[in-house]
Amino acid sequence: MTHVPQVPRATRSGHHGPTAAQPAWQGQFALVPGGRDEAEIAALIPAGRDTAGWGVHRVMGLETEFGVHAPANPGAGHSQLSTEVVNAYADLVTSQGGSVAGTEWDYGEESPLVDARGWTMPRSVAHPSQLTDEVRPRLGEGYNEHGERVHLLMNLVLPNGARLYVDHAHPEYSSPETTNPLDAMVWDQAGDRVALAASQRIAQAPGSPQVLLYKNNTDNKSVSYGAHENYLVARALDFDELAAHLLPFFAARQVICGAGRVGIGVTGRTPGFQISQRADFFEEQVGLETTIRRPIVNTRDEPHAVADRYRRLHVIIGDANLSQTSTWLRCGMTALVLSMIELGTCPRLELVDPVAALQRISHDPTLQATVPLTDRRELTGVDLMEVYLDAAEAHVQRFGMDDPATQDVLMAWRETLDLFRTDPGRLADRLDWVAKHQLLSGYRERHGAGWDDPRVGMLDLQYADLRLDKGLHHALVRRGSMRTLVEETVIQQAMHLPPADTRAWLRGRTVDVHGRAVVGASWDTLLLRPDPDGPVHRFHQREPLLGTAAHTGSVFDDDGGSVQELLQVLDAVDRQRHLSTGP
Amino acid sequence: MPQQQSGSSSQREEDLGPGPAPAPGGGAAASQANTADLDSLLDEIDSVLETNAEEFVKGFVQKGGQ
Repeated sequence: MTHVPQVPRATRSGHHGPTAAQPAWQGQFALVPGGRDEAEIAALIPAGRDTAGWGVHRVMGLETEFGVHAPANPGAGHSQLSTEVVNAYADLVTSQGGSVAGTEWDYGEESPLVDARGWTMPRSVAHPSQLTDEVRPRLGEGYNEHGERVHLLMNLVLPNGARLYVDHAHPEYSSPETTNPLDAMVWDQAGDRVALAASQRIAQAPGSPQVLLYKNNTDNKSVSYGAHENYLVARALDFDELAAHLLPFFAARQVICGAGRVGIGVTGRTPGFQISQRADFFEEQVGLETTIRRPIVNTRDEPHAVADRYRRLHVIIGDANLSQTSTWLRCGMTALVLSMIELGTCPRLELVDPVAALQRISHDPTLQATVPLTDRRELTGVDLMEVYLDAAEAHVQRFGMDDPATQDVLMAWRETLDLFRTDPGRLADRLDWVAKHQLLSGYRERHGAGWDDPRVGMLDLQYADLRLDKGLHHALVRRGSMRTLVEETVIQQAMHLPPADTRAWLRGRTVDVHGRAVVGASWDTLLLRPDPDGPVHRFHQREPLLGTAAHTGSVFDDDGGSVQELLQVLDAVDRQRHLSTGP
Repeated sequence: MPQQQSGSSSQREEDLGPGPAPAPGGGAAASQANTADLDSLLDEIDSVLETNAEEFVKGFVQKGGQ
């Protein structure tokens, strides 16, 4: 069998020379479970192919733009409410003695980076009378109602390695980098808890009207906001090939990970129920836009990693899921399809019209609608997902990717499709759209309400309400009607700790333990100024699997590493461009 | 091409009619245990549903996102 030639060890462990010849799989070798050696993996990879994943294991992360609403304060601007959410969380963390790294409101050309320790919530943000569009310029100037200078933070890096920031008119949480679908789900749900904690903090402030947050994707008045996924893929992969394979998969995967929506069309004016929140907001097959003429496959190319080795696939077509199973399977199935595409085993399916197919599948919760393929076949969404599943099972067997995490995804995927064909109602205990459909159908029957009844629209919205006492998804979980995959304590812990097996560990722990020294943090950069009067040190983290707990050792322990020790670790990570996995 | 396709799609949607297969949430698909559970859940929901549903839904207006 031919294979990608091994790079000489001297080059691989050093940091000299260009990285163009470095295959992605070597940088991601630490993902491969089961103690296999590099030569074995190298021999398995087909000639001319490269991969950044193994089974369901791949660097990935999720983004959520939350719907934000203040019914008691109808004049409030969405940007102000979003700013309030971000700042309330900074206030909460710092009031508990923790630390966040924050970027202030951009007062001009400069966007100063500040340590948010000791920051307090400005009354100008919290005071209801000030929360109107009219005062936006005053907020931007950074003074509260007493004329005191305040820090308005627009962008936070949290102790768990995530970002929480104001994305125009929505508060957005971007999870830290994780290496598998279960962790991706855990740190995504941690973001829901972060957003809820911020909202509760605001509610505690005297005289402050509640800011409600929703994990959904549309206001049913023509506006949509996203729930994005990011997956690391090999740069060597041809993008046109990637896009062609993803189009049918993205049109079909909603049958498992759709969040369910009341109303058809961008304004939801046509009464009915559909599988996906997002389907009606997509108009193109492939493109760069994310806010207008949205494409099924987004071409944004901003890898936040070694650019000639990796691409970051930015997926904008998913629904925001409350269900742990829906989120986990969304990431797990997608990781497997990416593995097949990279290694050349993905089935070749071509839809006649992917955008029409996406909407047609979404509009039929009976799952009977078929969509035409260019080979003249007519398949349902479930049929399409079965083609991918059959191929994924064969793929996993061929490459020996049968570790437990990968097997779990394959088994749940198979069980889901089997239940769709035999007893779909049973999936109401794990999939968002099925749970929502069952709940709303029951409500309609009891009250004789149509799909266009405002109470049914209210239930749709309230399913995604983050409040524990109001959110209908929460109610299902509390009653045991909706399965969970991990204990709540696991998610609570993920609010405060980064994943231990990616560079998010180094970022999040640095912010948490050495927050005073941090003057800036981003996905692939850390800026530290250990001495307030001293120089700023800039460190790059361009390899997503460098800077893990294993690499940083005891530098974040209680008895502690000094900042100087941290600088040494950061310097070593910066220099080590290529991950050497050998002894 | 897109226009032609969406035309034929909507035609097919009409062809589906009521369809022989119930949607997953439909009463026919729900088991007995599910029904009892759903009933008690609906009781709970009647008590937590925002009271001013029409106004609330109308007031939930978002600005563009990604």
